[in-house]
Amino acid sequence: MTRLVRRRYLALKIECEEGGVDQRAVSDAVWNTVLRLFGEVGCSQAGLYLVHFDETKEYAVLRCSHKALPMVKAAIASVTKIDNKPTAIHVLRVSGSIKTLSKKVDGGRARS
Amino acid sequence: MRFVDLCLCAPWTNLEQAKRLIAKSAELGYSQIGVPLPATIREEAVSQMRQISEENGLDFVTRLDLAPKSPDELLAGLRRFRSKFEVLAAICNSKVMARQAAKDRRVDLLCFRSLDPRKRFFDRAEAELASASGAALEICLAQMLSSLEVNLSVGFFSRLRREASIAKSFRVPIVFSSGASEPLLLRKPQDYAALSLLFDVDASCALEALSVNPAGVVERNRRKQSSDYVAPGVRVVKEARGR
Repeated sequence: MTRLVRRRYLALKIECEEGGVDQRAVSDAVWNTVLRLFGEVGCSQAGLYLVHFDETKEYAVLRCSHKALPMVKAAIASVTKIDNKPTAIHVLRVSGSIKTLSKKVDGGRARS
Repeated sequence: MRFVDLCLCAPWTNLEQAKRLIAKSAELGYSQIGVPLPATIREEAVSQMRQISEENGLDFVTRLDLAPKSPDELLAGLRRFRSKFEVLAAICNSKVMARQAAKDRRVDLLCFRSLDPRKRFFDRAEAELASASGAALEICLAQMLSSLEVNLSVGFFSRLRREASIAKSFRVPIVFSSGASEPLLLRKPQDYAALSLLFDVDASCALEALSVNPAGVVERNRRKQSSDYVAPGVRVVKEARGR
């Protein structure tokens, strides 16, 4: 049976100058940016959900709908501040399942 | 794909900061960087910057930003500095300046730094001149990120969308540059390509604007500055003996 909504999982690296940022702040920043750039309709189509967050490794996994992927990537690239701290979020990998994503990310880390 | 950032604002006076910025650039996947330098920079300072770039596996490109107040000043600047820098960018603060820069073959990049849409002069006439002279339109993405911070983005994005569409119809190459002066303002080339969705440039054109187009500008100028260059399409292959 095919799933109604195809999803994409994005592995993110969060870089912050002063100390770290918490899960809530990251989630809010991405939500607010999508909302600001694409409006409420865009935000409702994106289906954003922060699946995993590791503060020590500055690593997060974000879920979004397959169709909204370009929109979400644009929004992520345009985040410059979280909690008024200068921040950059880089997309490491994109995948259709968490399992493949973790394989790709771990593979990439092992190679580098 | 080799990615190029032709406007990395690494401060040549603060080498520690420059090192951090250049290292970050290498980490994010760029292979060639252009650093805007002052016209009067000493050769030793350029060598230091070049060495830092080479240590990080990057190809260093010298760039000069000319921001003249009159067309005559622009022509004098071009005459004086064209052969000393690999990339010359004209920062167009007025329409007269923009027109003069667009029709001069020695200008590589046309830059419009204002966030005010009325002070960006890249229209159809400008594109026609730029297309004939071979100049490229530079879009600075740090400027775009800053426009989002200060809520000036509506008019600015609308203007950028128009500029990109005009450039495409007149076949003026677009060059995306980071314009970053801080490591946290730098993004991966793929992230910049994703950002171009905001002004309706498709992903393949965006990736070209980050790789093929800027690399072409550098290659063309390096060829011109090489000793065997004679004229466009003519170079010395072998010198005759005994004459």
